[in-house]
Amino acid sequence: MSTQTAKHKVEQVETVTIRFVGDSGDGMQLTGTEFTKANALAGNDLATFPDYPAEIRAPAGSLFGVSGFQLSFGANEVLTPGDQPDVLVAMNPAALKTNLADLRHGGMLIVNAGAFTESNLEKANYKSNPLEDPALQSNYRVVLVDMNKLTEAALEGTGLSSKEVARCKNFFALGLMYWLYSRPIDPQLASIKRKFAKKPEFAEANAKVFMAGHVFGETSELFHERYQVPASKLAPGTYRNVTGNFATALGFATVAQLTGRTVFLGSYPITPATEILQEMAKFKEYGVVTYQAEDEIAGIGSAIGAAFGGALACTSTSGPGLALKSEMMGLAVITELPLVIVDVQRGGPSTGMPTKTEQADLLQALFGRHGESPMPVIAAQSAADCFWAAIEAMKIATKWMTPVLLLTDGYLANGSEPFRVPSPDELPKLTVKYQTEKNYANGTQYMPYLRDAKLIRPWAIPGTAGLEHRVGGLEKDALSGMVSYDGNNHEKMVLTRAQKVRNVVEDVPDVEVFGEKRGELLLVSWGGTFGSVRGAAEALQAAGKKVSHVHLRWLNPLPKNLGEVLGSFKKVFVPEVNGGQLAFYLRGMYPGVDPLQYNRINGKPIKIHDLVAKVSEAL
Amino acid sequence: MSTNGQTVTAALPVYTKKDFESGVDPRWCPGCGDYSIINQIQKTLPSVGVKRENIVFVSGIGCSSRFPYYMNNYGMHTLHGRAPSFASGLKVSRPELQVWIMTGDGDALAIGGNHFIHAMRRNLDMKLVMFNNRIYGLTKGQVSPTSELHKKTKSTPDGSPDYPFNPPLLALGAGATFVARAIDVEGVHMGGVLKAAAEHKGSTFVEVFQNCPVFNDGAYTFITEKANKAEAQLRMEQGKPLLFGKDNKKGIRIDHQRGELEVVVLGENGVTEKDILVHDATREDPTIAFMLAGLADKAGFPTPIGVFRNVQKPTCEEMTWEMIDAAKAKPGAGQLTKLLAGNDTWTIK
Repeated sequence: MSTQTAKHKVEQVETVTIRFVGDSGDGMQLTGTEFTKANALAGNDLATFPDYPAEIRAPAGSLFGVSGFQLSFGANEVLTPGDQPDVLVAMNPAALKTNLADLRHGGMLIVNAGAFTESNLEKANYKSNPLEDPALQSNYRVVLVDMNKLTEAALEGTGLSSKEVARCKNFFALGLMYWLYSRPIDPQLASIKRKFAKKPEFAEANAKVFMAGHVFGETSELFHERYQVPASKLAPGTYRNVTGNFATALGFATVAQLTGRTVFLGSYPITPATEILQEMAKFKEYGVVTYQAEDEIAGIGSAIGAAFGGALACTSTSGPGLALKSEMMGLAVITELPLVIVDVQRGGPSTGMPTKTEQADLLQALFGRHGESPMPVIAAQSAADCFWAAIEAMKIATKWMTPVLLLTDGYLANGSEPFRVPSPDELPKLTVKYQTEKNYANGTQYMPYLRDAKLIRPWAIPGTAGLEHRVGGLEKDALSGMVSYDGNNHEKMVLTRAQKVRNVVEDVPDVEVFGEKRGELLLVSWGGTFGSVRGAAEALQAAGKKVSHVHLRWLNPLPKNLGEVLGSFKKVFVPEVNGGQLAFYLRGMYPGVDPLQYNRINGKPIKIHDLVAKVSEAL
Repeated sequence: MSTNGQTVTAALPVYTKKDFESGVDPRWCPGCGDYSIINQIQKTLPSVGVKRENIVFVSGIGCSSRFPYYMNNYGMHTLHGRAPSFASGLKVSRPELQVWIMTGDGDALAIGGNHFIHAMRRNLDMKLVMFNNRIYGLTKGQVSPTSELHKKTKSTPDGSPDYPFNPPLLALGAGATFVARAIDVEGVHMGGVLKAAAEHKGSTFVEVFQNCPVFNDGAYTFITEKANKAEAQLRMEQGKPLLFGKDNKKGIRIDHQRGELEVVVLGENGVTEKDILVHDATREDPTIAFMLAGLADKAGFPTPIGVFRNVQKPTCEEMTWEMIDAAKAKPGAGQLTKLLAGNDTWTIK
C-alpha cells in the first residue's frame, strides 16, 4: 500500500470544512459523526453542525428530505463548523440542489453519480442532469463516483437484500474521506465492529464497503493529492467529543457527584432538548433521577416538587415548552426554591422550525412571566461550555434559592466539539446546606422567609422535625411565610426578590474585552454565536480594524462593568440569530447606547464571512 | 406495636389531633363541608404511623386547596390543577414521605385533568382527596366537570350542555389502585375511608361529596337527608353483602344474563342474602368496581360510598429506585472521574 500512496502528493492544510448531504435515511448523521471522531482522535480541534429536517423519514429523493452534517476541523482553534464547505459530498440530486450554492468556489464536489437517475432528477426538480452542466466542472473540482454500483459490487455474494446493500453506501463515502484526509483506518473498523456487534453480518458489510471506498480513493486516479490536517495546539489533556445536550446532562450529573445530593430532572421530550433527558436517564449510577412527565407543565412541576423535597432540581425544554412552563416559573420565583430551567432555543414562533436553531427566546427568558418575576439568566457559548454552564446555573440556584434559566440553542445542542475532561479539582466547590434548626426567637420558631444579609432564605426540607412550614403561590408574609394580602408586605416582597436577584451580580464575573479596551467598534454577542462573532473579531483585527469583542454569559444580572465597556467604543454592534433582542435589551438597560444590528433568522448560525462584511460596512 | 398489620416504630411520638393543626384559622364559609374533611384528616393522622414531619400536603387552587395552610405539616399550595405534578416529583425523589394531594372537582378534573389521570396510572404512592361540590366555589359559582347536565349556573344561564365526569369511574379507568368515596356529613365513615387511604400504598383516589352552602347548597341532599339516606346510600364494606334500604332489605345482585348489576329485594322472588354480591375491593380485575362506580349515574340505584378498589401493585417510585440502586450497585459505579471521561477519549500531550 505504501508504494501506491507514493503516487499521491500529500498536501498540508490548516482547516477543512466538509459537508455530507443525502436523504434522511442515508445515514449522513452517522457518517458525519464517525468522521468527526476520526478527526478528534487525530488531535484536531473541530466543530460540527448537523442539519436535518423535522420529518423523520421524508420521501426518498425529495428536496425537503435532505439531511446534512457539516464539520470543520483544523490545526488551529476551530470556532465554528465553517462558513462554506471546502468539500461537499452529495449522495443524490436533491442533496446537490439544496447544498451546491454553499460550496466554496473551486471546492471539491464528490457526487454519488449512481443516484442521478431520471426519477431522482425529477424529484429534485432538475430539468436536465446537472452533472452534465459544463459550469459545474468549471466552478468546482467535480469527482463523480457511482457509489451505488461500487457498494453493490463490494457486497456481491453476501446475501444481503438490495435494500440492505443500499443502506451501506454511506460507509463508502466515509472510506473515501478517510483516504482523502489520510486517517488511520483501524479505529474505524473497530468502531464498526462495536456499533454492529449485535448484527455481525452488517458489521462485515459496512467494513467491506468502507474499505471499498478507501481503496477506491487510492486506485481510481480521480484524485491527484491527499490531504493532511496536522494535530492542533489544543491544551494538553484528555479530550472527548461532546454535543451541547450531552454536555448539559454531564454537567448536571457532575453536580450530583460533587454535592452527594440527588439531581432530579423532570422533563417532557421536545426537539432539540430531548437528548438532555435521554442522556441523564443513563446517569442513574451518579445520583441522577429522571422523570418523564406527561407534559411540559408537569415537567417543571415535578422539578419544583422535588426541589421542595431537597433535590437539586432541573427541567429541560425548548421555546414552546418554556412558554408552557412560565406560570410554574412564577411559582418557583415566589416560593424561592432552587431550580434550573434549560431552554434549548429553536426556530419559532410556535412550532416554527423545530430542528433549526435560533436565539429568539432571550426576551421570553428575561421577561416571559406574569407579575414582577425576575430570575437569573445565563447562556452557554459552545457545545462543551454547556457542561460548565449547567454546573454554574445549579450553583447559583442553590446558593441564592432561586430558579435560574439556562439558555442554549439547537446549534449548540446538536453540534459537537472536543471537551477537555477536567480533573475533579478543577471543578467548582459545591455545597448544599439545608436548614435543620429553628432560626427565630432564640431558636423557638422557624421562619421560612427570614433572610440572611444577601437576602437568601433558608431551605428546610420535609423530614426535618420542627421546621414544618408551607410554601405556595399566594404572597407570603416577609418573615413567617404565612399568606399575606397586605399591600405593603407585597411591595416589600416584590422589591426584596428583585434585589436578591440583583445581588447575584457578586457571582457574575466582569466581561473581558477581546482586543483593545477602547476603539471604533465593539461586537457584543451572547450564547451560541460566540464562535462566529469571535471568528469575525479575529479576522477584522487581523485586517487591522479597531474592532473588539465581548461575549455575555450572564444576561441577568448583567456584568457590573458592561456599561463602562459599552461606553468605551464609538459604536456597539450586536449580531444575533433573532430580530434584535439583545440590542433591544441593551438599549433599555444602558440609555444612550444604541447598538447597530446584524440579524439572521434563517435557522443557521451566523457566518463569519457575512459578519465581517457587515462590520466592515459599519466601520 | 402494630396497627392494622403495619409495623409502627417505637420512636413515633404519640400525636393528638391538635398536633396537626397549624394554628391558622381556616377561612371557609360557615357550613362549608371542608371543615368536616379537615377535621377527619386531623383525627386520622395520629393513627397512621407516620411522623408529622414526614407528611406533606400538596394542593392546587380553589377553596379545597387552602387546606395545607391549616395543617401543621410540610405543605405546598401550588397552581391550579397542577398539584399532582409537584407531588409526583416530590414522591419520586423522596419516597419515604407520605404525600397527600388536596384538590377540588374543578382543580383535579378540569384544568388538572391530564395530571390527574397520569398520577393515577403511574401508581405513585400518593393520596389524592378530591372535594366534590359540583361547582366552582372560589370563582363564585360556575359549572364544573362534575355538575349535572342542564345545570344552570352563572356561566351556564340556560343550562349546561356538558355531560359530567363520574370521578371514581375516571380514576378506575386511569388505573388507580385505590378508589373510594365518602360524604362530608358522614364523618365517621369518612374517617374510616381516609384511614384506609392512608394505609394504601399506591395511587389513591378519595372522592368526598362536599356541600357548598353558598354556590351549590343541597347538592347532595338526595343522599344525605335522613328520610331517604337508607334508600339512597349503598355502603360498601369489605367482605360484606351489598345491602341497603330500610332494615337492609334491598341488595345488589349480578344479573348474569345481562352482565349488569340489579337491585333486588330480600324475600321477593325467592331472593336470599346468598344472591347478593359480596363486596371485595381487592379484586385485581376492576370490572365489578367499574359496575359499582357506574351505579351513581343510574336511576333506581343507590349511590355507593366506601372503597371501590384497593389492590396492591409495585409503585412507580419503588421501581424507579430499584433501577437506581441496581445502577449504583454496578462495579465502579458513581465515580466522578469515570463520569467525566466516559469511554471515548484521546490525549493531547
